[in-house]
Amino acid sequence: MTQLWDFSGGIHPPENKHQSTSRPIREASIPDILVLPLQQHIGEPAEVVVNVGDRVLKGQKIADVTTGMGVPVHASTSGTIEAIEQRPVPHPSGMADWCVVLKPDGKDQWCDLEPLPDYQQLEREQILEKVRDAGISGMGGAGFPTDIKLRPPRDRKVDTLILNGAECEPYITADDMTMRERADELVAGLKIMAWILRPTRCVIAIEDNKPEAIAAVKTAAAEGTHIEVIAIPTKYPSGGEKQLIEILTGMEVPSGGIPADIGVMCQNIGTAVAVARAVLEGKPLISRVVTVTGEAVQEPGTFDALIGTPVQHLLQLAGLQAGKLNRLIQGGPMMGFTLTTDAVPVTKTSNCVIAATGSELPAPPPEQPCIRCGQCAEVCPMELLPQQLFWHAKAAEFEKAEHLNLFDCIECGACSYVCPSSIPLVQYYRFAKGEIRHQQAEQLKADRARERFEARQARLEREQQEKEQRRKERARAAAEAQEKKKAEAQKAADKGEAVDERSAKAALVQQALERKKAKTAQKTGQSDSTAPESVDKPDIEALEKQLTQAEGKLATMEGMLEEARAQQADNVDKLERAVAKNHDRVKRAKETLEKAREQHSNETTTG
Amino acid sequence: MAFVQQSSPHAHNARPTSRVMLWVIIAALPGLLAQTLFFGWGNLINVVWCIALALACEGAFLRLRGKPVVFFLKDNTAAVTGLLLGLSLPQFAPWWVSGIAVISAIIMAKQLYGGLGANPFNPAMVGYALVLVSFPVAMTTNWAEAAGLFGGAPGFGETLGRIFSASQTSIDGWTMATPLDEYKHKVANHTAVEILNHPTFGDWVARGWEWVNLAFLAGGLLLIGLRIITWHIPVAMLAGLTIMSLAFGNNPDQYASVQLQLLAGGTMLGAFFIATDPVSAATSHQGKLIYGAGIGILIYVIRAWGNYPDAVAFSVLLMNFAVPFIDYYTPPRTYGHHKARRGVPGRNGG
Repeated sequence: MTQLWDFSGGIHPPENKHQSTSRPIREASIPDILVLPLQQHIGEPAEVVVNVGDRVLKGQKIADVTTGMGVPVHASTSGTIEAIEQRPVPHPSGMADWCVVLKPDGKDQWCDLEPLPDYQQLEREQILEKVRDAGISGMGGAGFPTDIKLRPPRDRKVDTLILNGAECEPYITADDMTMRERADELVAGLKIMAWILRPTRCVIAIEDNKPEAIAAVKTAAAEGTHIEVIAIPTKYPSGGEKQLIEILTGMEVPSGGIPADIGVMCQNIGTAVAVARAVLEGKPLISRVVTVTGEAVQEPGTFDALIGTPVQHLLQLAGLQAGKLNRLIQGGPMMGFTLTTDAVPVTKTSNCVIAATGSELPAPPPEQPCIRCGQCAEVCPMELLPQQLFWHAKAAEFEKAEHLNLFDCIECGACSYVCPSSIPLVQYYRFAKGEIRHQQAEQLKADRARERFEARQARLEREQQEKEQRRKERARAAAEAQEKKKAEAQKAADKGEAVDERSAKAALVQQALERKKAKTAQKTGQSDSTAPESVDKPDIEALEKQLTQAEGKLATMEGMLEEARAQQADNVDKLERAVAKNHDRVKRAKETLEKAREQHSNETTTG
Repeated sequence: MAFVQQSSPHAHNARPTSRVMLWVIIAALPGLLAQTLFFGWGNLINVVWCIALALACEGAFLRLRGKPVVFFLKDNTAAVTGLLLGLSLPQFAPWWVSGIAVISAIIMAKQLYGGLGANPFNPAMVGYALVLVSFPVAMTTNWAEAAGLFGGAPGFGETLGRIFSASQTSIDGWTMATPLDEYKHKVANHTAVEILNHPTFGDWVARGWEWVNLAFLAGGLLLIGLRIITWHIPVAMLAGLTIMSLAFGNNPDQYASVQLQLLAGGTMLGAFFIATDPVSAATSHQGKLIYGAGIGILIYVIRAWGNYPDAVAFSVLLMNFAVPFIDYYTPPRTYGHHKARRGVPGRNGG
């Protein structure tokens, strides 16, 4: 028996899994319309490579990421591109995002596939490229591009490769059913990943409440492999990456680090199957197993649904009783988020849809004061002090909350689950995290602004000095001229010529006017390179200001994004979009400025 | 279709505060029963009177503060405060003494600090300490003799009459010094054998008191079993008291023995029902151990070398003072960190 460790805390919520495991995985029919979000992964959104009206084949690439991190998106079936537009996507904020809308033609006609069954004869890089090309990103929830994950940092060797079959959240059964019915494929996928990483240990960890899955995977893994199939005690959140690693290895992932730092990598069950299909059959990731459950559907179960299938369609297949539906959740009841509409599509990360009735998941009772009972600390799998974090979050003492390791919170919800005062603790932590990120961004912005201000101040000073210098030179020149004139006058006087004082003055004024004229002419000639002091070009000045502002904002956004990536925060994708938007803005501002300058110099030279 | 929008988690399985408090009350019943059996009706009358007054004070003050009265009264926390005072005050304490204790507990120690969850001090113990300091005579001469309900203790009517009567003439034969009081005042010029001959000590440890303490111990174990309290505070407190007693008080001619320390006073009630009040106690496991041990040590220090025969209230209050300090230095080590981040931000954290 392999040694197992326990993680601290944890809870045993009602599992509610049997409802959706009584039927085998059903093939979901092709819906009338498929909505394929361009961003189903962490990283840059994919850029569309097809046009509206194009006919595409099943498995054909319709969008790809050319610069930055990301994976392509493929047509889930054959049909016509009907639109490329913003549609509601599954996101906690209920936001809309760019999607390719595909009208299936019902033929379900595959494009040409290039399987690599003899992958062991090839270069690893080729296989990783294949995985990327198949559009595979982590299917457990975060959606991190799998090929990038399979390339751990050069100085990190992955010794233990874990396939996470814990599936500890109540209701969700997608992995359970996949393991029962597709054990061969997932073992094949694991072997491919193991071939890439060459770990010393390969583990498939499954919670012991899934005996059928354990049996199936054991059978599949038995044939001449060194894969360990380990049953782990059922306790939420054993499927959390950090908790699972602790259970299996007794090691902890360092705070702020990644599992590869301690030589471990976790992969999702669905991801393993997708890798196997991509490499052995050449098929991209165009479908996934989704649990559709909850008391508002009559036939809960698991579906193999095409990516892009509207949730609505799945609910209908499962026999939705619309009148009973009170809360629609994507994901599990502990960490999932509520959907605002059932028009959102199934994405690569959708593992479960819960159509809950009002009595099934009732609204929590009103919040009461915290009595510091400590139940939350007892169940916290990260060994935090939830009640103290709550206290500081509520009092907006973010520094103290951060000091108590707020950012180590994995938002598993165990604390809120047991809170006798029914305080929505996780919501407070999300608020505090958001505020801290916001403050950091503001700080960054303020720092940038200060740098800009100081630079400007230095420039102005320099210009002032130069001006002063020029003034002094002019004064000296004038004094010299005066001197000369005086000498001449003296000479003339000496010569005895009668000089009228008035005419001398008039001559001086004339001279001054001429000087001025010459100067003005010079100035307008070189106007576009001089500082924007001149009053006659407000356009350029405003545009320049706009450009600096846009650039500043872009820099801030990029900073925030980096920060978010480092913390693997959930707003990464949002930030990425924001960065892209700001990129465009800067580009636009540059262009308009350029144009304005050209125009202006044309005007000044012609006029 | 408009779906309910809610932040995760969507599932809850909490035992609400009201039920937690109800369990505390239930767990205290064996102790109350033992008190009634050995010391007569006094405690029961006190408990009912204190709970009623506590609820009235809480309700009145919630109304003054503009808070929802019924919502907060239903959490049962005021009832627990009343209960604890009723259990710990002398059986024949006049109604106004217990009244002042309850009023100061609920209004001064709890509501003025912001109500439930905001009080730094254990409300019941603030009330208790206040009347103990203010009315020392009433608080020392009104302890019932351990005659037993069926062995000569005054009846219900007589007890009620005495508690609520205007005159406070002492009636010998009903009252008796507590064992710890007796020991403390006689130990200077008596030997242990002489002291223990006094009827208040009975045959085993301290007549009646031992069973009351064991009943509270049983109730406390129930609370631990129900996971309403953790073992840390009671165990640390009892261990602190025991170790101090064994280290310094092994001469019974000088100090009360360890069994008297554990079973004669308010030790068990204090360990399982009072020191474990979560609002005013330390929060992490390590902190709870320090907090509990501190109470145990202080109880012994005050009992042995202070002026008061029993010391649960003062010890708990003194350690309440130390809670923020303890909390700062005893956070647990979080997963993925080499060591706990102690102290305050910006000092030695990082």
